[in-house]
Amino acid sequence: MAELNIRERQAGDITVLDMDGRITIGEGSVALRSAVRRLLEEGKKNILLNLAGVGYIDSSGIGELVSSYTAINKEGGQLKLLSLTQKLRDLLTITKLLTVFDAYETESEALTSFK
Amino acid sequence: MTEQTTRLVLPSHIEAVGEAAAAVTDFVQSCGAGEDAAFGIGMAVREAVTNAMVHGNQEDETKSVEVIFNCLGNALEIEVRDQGEGFDPKGVPDPTDPVNILKPSGRGIFLIRSFMDEVEWFGRPEGGTTVRMLKKF
Repeated sequence: MAELNIRERQAGDITVLDMDGRITIGEGSVALRSAVRRLLEEGKKNILLNLAGVGYIDSSGIGELVSSYTAINKEGGQLKLLSLTQKLRDLLTITKLLTVFDAYETESEALTSFK
Repeated sequence: MTEQTTRLVLPSHIEAVGEAAAAVTDFVQSCGAGEDAAFGIGMAVREAVTNAMVHGNQEDETKSVEVIFNCLGNALEIEVRDQGEGFDPKGVPDPTDPVNILKPSGRGIFLIRSFMDEVEWFGRPEGGTTVRMLKKF
């Protein structure tokens, strides 16, 4: 089984990536990078990462979130986060990245925020 | 809890980080750490082993990374040793500084320091760097 499974769905002009697994150095980080790069190539610039199923992330995974955020911003799009687990929220708090990312508890709230 | 030690020798490829993570999970439980401490220790070991493989040994598979877990009763001491050219933690900028906040790397050492009670790096006379970490519980 893959370290990180990513399912893609569309909500208007927003692409939601439902992620399940771990975003760690190697396979998990690469899977996230590939998914975001492919969406940007397809012109999909508004991306919501649903992290409800992500039980673990390391510094490489956090770095990949940051890289995705800067790559999408550079293209004039937006990256937002949905359903952080408590552990992930704690990690983004201590690294001060919650001051950078927009993170939402509910999908409707997150989707509305893109408008 | 009686004092006990486990030693692990890993090749310098990224897939082996998971092996260290699995070993630390088992050892932490047998040493009696709680769930929160176990999460932080696991994170610190993953980051230290990754640094040793990537930055220390430059992913040279002829070089190994050694991980030593010591259960000290009310604390867990972990050493991660590489065979690299040496490392100065003072040279790593603060990743929470606004000028660094959007850098994609440089958070591993910050996380190690965040989750462990004591952390020190030292070069060994025979070469390579050791990071020694201590978590009290």
